[in-house]
Amino acid sequence: MVASTVAPPVATRPQRPRSRSWLRLIVLLAIVTVVLYPLIWMIGTSVKSQEEIVNNIGLLPQVFTPGNYLDGWRNFDVSFGRFFLNSAMVSLLTVLGNAVSCLLAAYAFARLKFRLRGMWFAVMIGTLLLPGHVLIVPQYILFRSLGLVGGDWPYLPLLIPQFLATEAFFVFLMVQFMRGIPRELDEAARIDGAGAFGIFRHVILPLSRPALVTTAIFSFIWTWNEFFRQLVFLSNLSDYTVPVALTLFIDSTSQSAVGPMFAMAVLSLLPVFVFFVAFQRMLVEGINTSGLKG
Amino acid sequence: MALTTAPDPTRRGTGSVRPPAPRGGTGRIRHGEGLAGYVFLSPWLIGLMGITALPMLLSLYLSFTNYDILTPWSEVEWVGLANYERMFTRDPSWWHSVRVTLSFALIAVPLKLAAALGVALLLNRAWRGVGLFRGLFYLPSLLGGSVALAIVWVNMFNRDGAFNSFLALFGIEGKPWVNDPDWALETLMVLAIWQFGAPMVIFLAGLKQVPTELYEAASVDGAGKFRKFVNVTLPMLSPVIFFNLVLETINGFQGFTAAFVLSNGTGGPVDSTLMYTLNLYITGFTDLEMGYASAMAWVFLIAIALITVVFFSTGRFWVHYSDGEDH
Repeated sequence: MVASTVAPPVATRPQRPRSRSWLRLIVLLAIVTVVLYPLIWMIGTSVKSQEEIVNNIGLLPQVFTPGNYLDGWRNFDVSFGRFFLNSAMVSLLTVLGNAVSCLLAAYAFARLKFRLRGMWFAVMIGTLLLPGHVLIVPQYILFRSLGLVGGDWPYLPLLIPQFLATEAFFVFLMVQFMRGIPRELDEAARIDGAGAFGIFRHVILPLSRPALVTTAIFSFIWTWNEFFRQLVFLSNLSDYTVPVALTLFIDSTSQSAVGPMFAMAVLSLLPVFVFFVAFQRMLVEGINTSGLKG
Repeated sequence: MALTTAPDPTRRGTGSVRPPAPRGGTGRIRHGEGLAGYVFLSPWLIGLMGITALPMLLSLYLSFTNYDILTPWSEVEWVGLANYERMFTRDPSWWHSVRVTLSFALIAVPLKLAAALGVALLLNRAWRGVGLFRGLFYLPSLLGGSVALAIVWVNMFNRDGAFNSFLALFGIEGKPWVNDPDWALETLMVLAIWQFGAPMVIFLAGLKQVPTELYEAASVDGAGKFRKFVNVTLPMLSPVIFFNLVLETINGFQGFTAAFVLSNGTGGPVDSTLMYTLNLYITGFTDLEMGYASAMAWVFLIAIALITVVFFSTGRFWVHYSDGEDH
């Protein structure tokens, strides 16, 4: 983690007096402690016995109780392994759908000339701020009337929109990125006889890799954490994704499930944490260049 | 929706929301390219029609009916404005959810942005370790929206939770905050503020853009730290502040997950966490009053659009663009 987070030398400003920078460091360390405390407490609680969860106010357990992880994994009729597989499948297919469909749309907006382009672009920008909650009821009705809700494979209502570039944020991000690709490359390819498809295939696609990677990472993390749509569209226990399954712990209000619940909560955040460690720079720069959500 | 979004605030001068101008001005469309444009655009266009526009129209129609998912379409009744009338005049829980959502956004968003700006100012110096701190502060923004974190939060502010243990160190006796109607929403506000890292990263990028000459000039004029902050930093940062404010407010209105987890999907205790979107979910998917829920969705949409318009029309009085462009 340290390796990926060390900052490069940034702009040069005159160094402050030593004492001042110490003070700032102490303040920052205090804030970091407060910010990280819930996460460390979460991990500590996940390996505490039920008795310690109530009585031991310390961060760490006196008796290390990893059994919570086993209990949580098998707490319901369907194992958490299944929920993780479901979540992974939905997230990875969403990544694929967003990468492909948003790239195609972005190429059209950034490079091709066609009638009404300005209008469509304005519409796309308009959908950026459109709250997803507004559309959930009619989308549910439409997908249900198509027989896609609660069927053998109930993930289509979650995935179809992702293959139709409805995440305008990623389209916008890619348009912004493609603006930076020199048009001379298009012209060169055109002289070599490439048409719109050739330019896409040989110039834009290979050069858009950084934007594709940013899209893939954000799309994975957001889908992995997403709850609202998954709650609405998934109704069978064996189809549940991790976030929906976690809410089952709240239903079973018995106090004894706190340890296992925390264990599964920790596990569910692990993929996001791994992505954070691996791609921290890219994530931070991603929200900088695109400046959205987070 | 004729909304416009803020241009990328961290890249001054290039932030046009128009599509990039095709080279060679408005010349005629190259043969075949017009077709190619629509071929590449087709997935997005199908999505726009089928996933966005059609549902919006359907939802508008439904908002004038008594539709629930159980009755067949042939028996759906047109009820005119009855849903809207009920919402505004006869539904105290709707008004309540509006108050809950507004107070959440009005308190949590400014505090979150203040925290983000404050920490960004602390970090805005050239020294080793900035990257590490920036990353650690950003981490909650990645995790905080999840069900898992909401579960942790609820337990942290419960009777035996970490917060009460902390208070006990000072001899203060806590209470189960999440079960107290006066405090439950506040714990959700703290969760939102805890995720200050994302706007902080945007503030940091904005602070890097402030030219050092301005600070030097202010020093020459004898300005102290505070005056420099008020007269240089704040105006130069105002586009970024504006951008974060619009975004966080709109996100704030849509808070759902944590309220759902805290109240187990009910909006309790005593409706104290009945966020607008949670109320919409309960109306549409628990009570199955989908016609009424559609009316609620349209009011929500119009409210968000209005707030965005208000932001953008007041923005020109306090947002300072250094490149002198008329935005």
